[in-house]
Amino acid sequence: MFEIVAFYLFAFLTITMFSITIFTNNALYALSTLAAGMIFISAFFFLLDAQFLGAVQIVVYTGAVMALYAFGMMFFDSLSTVEEHIKNPRLVFLLSGIIALLIVIIFVSPVIGENVQANLPVHEQWGNTQDVGVVLFTKYLIPFEIAAIMLLVAMIGGIILAGKKMDLSYSELSEDEIENLEKEEL
Amino acid sequence: MSLNAYLIFSTLIFCLGLLGVIRRKNLLMLFFSTEIMLNSVNIAFAAISKFHGDLTGQMFAFFIIAIAASEVAVGLGLLILWYKKTGTINLDSMQKLKG
Repeated sequence: MFEIVAFYLFAFLTITMFSITIFTNNALYALSTLAAGMIFISAFFFLLDAQFLGAVQIVVYTGAVMALYAFGMMFFDSLSTVEEHIKNPRLVFLLSGIIALLIVIIFVSPVIGENVQANLPVHEQWGNTQDVGVVLFTKYLIPFEIAAIMLLVAMIGGIILAGKKMDLSYSELSEDEIENLEKEEL
Repeated sequence: MSLNAYLIFSTLIFCLGLLGVIRRKNLLMLFFSTEIMLNSVNIAFAAISKFHGDLTGQMFAFFIIAIAASEVAVGLGLLILWYKKTGTINLDSMQKLKG
């Protein structure tokens, strides 16, 4: 009973939040509703007995990724409304519908089709976090290390890309110097 | 709740993200839509993991989160670079891509 109520409540909330993210014209609304939707999605992980993933969802997604987006938005003109023109909205909805149908078929067919054997069975007496830890550091150790290196490379790449020409601080320059710089850029 | 309920919910969210990717012209909004799609797949993985008593799905969801995090770092760096260069993050401004 509790699971059914929670499922429908959070499903409704998540879909509402993400719909606002998709359809709003204000970048700040999009960011905050996306963060809220991520939090609500973590509720599904807790419902599905994946407590570790739920915590990671909150910490990594809502904590780190959203903070990164909020930081990135400081560079852009985030208060101006986003204007978008779609030439053929009917085509968009038709395409989405077809792909949605395709995805439902793809997801459901293996579940109906065969009897799946558990490759890495869940140990009830251990609890989710310990189970995930054991599997992560035995069966998935090399992917884990590769993911660590990938995150490091991505972080350095992001810093280098975003940090270009940041050695120049406009606040320490005089008005004339800034004007000269702007003329040079033009 | 059955597995199908979770999968249908995940597909709904995925389609919302897909709609955003098709609809959005602002690159930052496009990124948001991508995040929604990645999250929906995570739910599907966690649900399949639970209903088959198998941890592989949770592992894949974990790695998807790691990949999404690095995607944001690199993508946002590129976006900031593009914004400094052209003053806009509209998708149409990338049609030429002459540098």
